[in-house]
Amino acid sequence: MSNFRTPLSRVKGLGSAKEGTSHFWSQRLSAIALVPLVLWLAFSIASLPDMDYIAIREWLSTPFNAIVMILFIIAGFYHARLGLQVVIEDYIGSHGPRTAAIIAVTFIAAALGVTGVFSVMRIAFAG
Amino acid sequence: MAWNDKRPLSPHLQHYKLPLTAYLSVAHRACGIVNSVAIVLLVLLIASAAGTPESYSFMSGIANSWFGKLALFGFTVTLYYHMANGIRHLFWDTGRGLDLETAKKSGNACLIGAGALSVITWMVAAAS
Repeated sequence: MSNFRTPLSRVKGLGSAKEGTSHFWSQRLSAIALVPLVLWLAFSIASLPDMDYIAIREWLSTPFNAIVMILFIIAGFYHARLGLQVVIEDYIGSHGPRTAAIIAVTFIAAALGVTGVFSVMRIAFAG
Repeated sequence: MAWNDKRPLSPHLQHYKLPLTAYLSVAHRACGIVNSVAIVLLVLLIASAAGTPESYSFMSGIANSWFGKLALFGFTVTLYYHMANGIRHLFWDTGRGLDLETAKKSGNACLIGAGALSVITWMVAAAS
C-alpha cells in the first residue's frame, strides 16, 4: 500500500490532530511532578497537630511550605485540565458543546489556580 | 435460529463480566475526576484561610463535619489510587509490563498500595 503522507508531515510528526505528542508529554510530565507533591501534601496535612486558623496560616507561611504548595496548585490544575480535556473529548460528541466545555474547564482551572497561588502568597507575605 | 457465526463477538457490557484490569482502568479516570473536585475544595479552603477567621471557620466547619471527614478519607483513597495507577501507566509507557499476568499483578499492587498509603496517612493524622 502506498504511503500518502508527505515527507514534511512525517518529519514534523504531528499527526492528524496537528498536536503530535505534546498533550501526552505534558500530562506525563505533570504526573511525575505530582507524585512527590501529593505525598508531601497528604503527609504534611496529616502531621499538622492543629487545623485552626492560626495553625494553618503558620504552616503555609514558611517559605518551603508556601513554595511547594504553589507548585502543587500549578501542577495539579495543569494536570486536571489536561485529564478533563480527554474526558470531555471522549464523551461529548458534537463539536460545539465539546469546545465550549474545554474552554470552560480551561478558564475555571486558570481562575482557581491563580486564586490558590494568590491565597498562599497572601498568607506567606502576611507572615 | 442457531447461532453459527464463528467470528468473535465484541464484549457487550450487559453480558460480559469485565476483568479486574478493566475496572481499574475505569477507576483511574473516575478517581482523576474526583481529584479535580478535591483540588478545587483545597483551593477554597486555602482561600478562606487567606481571608478572615470567620471565612476559614465556615470552610473548616464543613471539613470537620462527619460528612467532610468521610469525603476527606475518600479523597486520600482516590488521590493515592490515581497516583499508584499513574505510576503503573508511566511504567507501561516504557513498553514494559503490558502482558496480562503482569498487568493483573501491577493492578493488585496499585490497590494494595493505595489502601496502605491511605491507612498510614490517617494513622499519622490520628497520632499528631
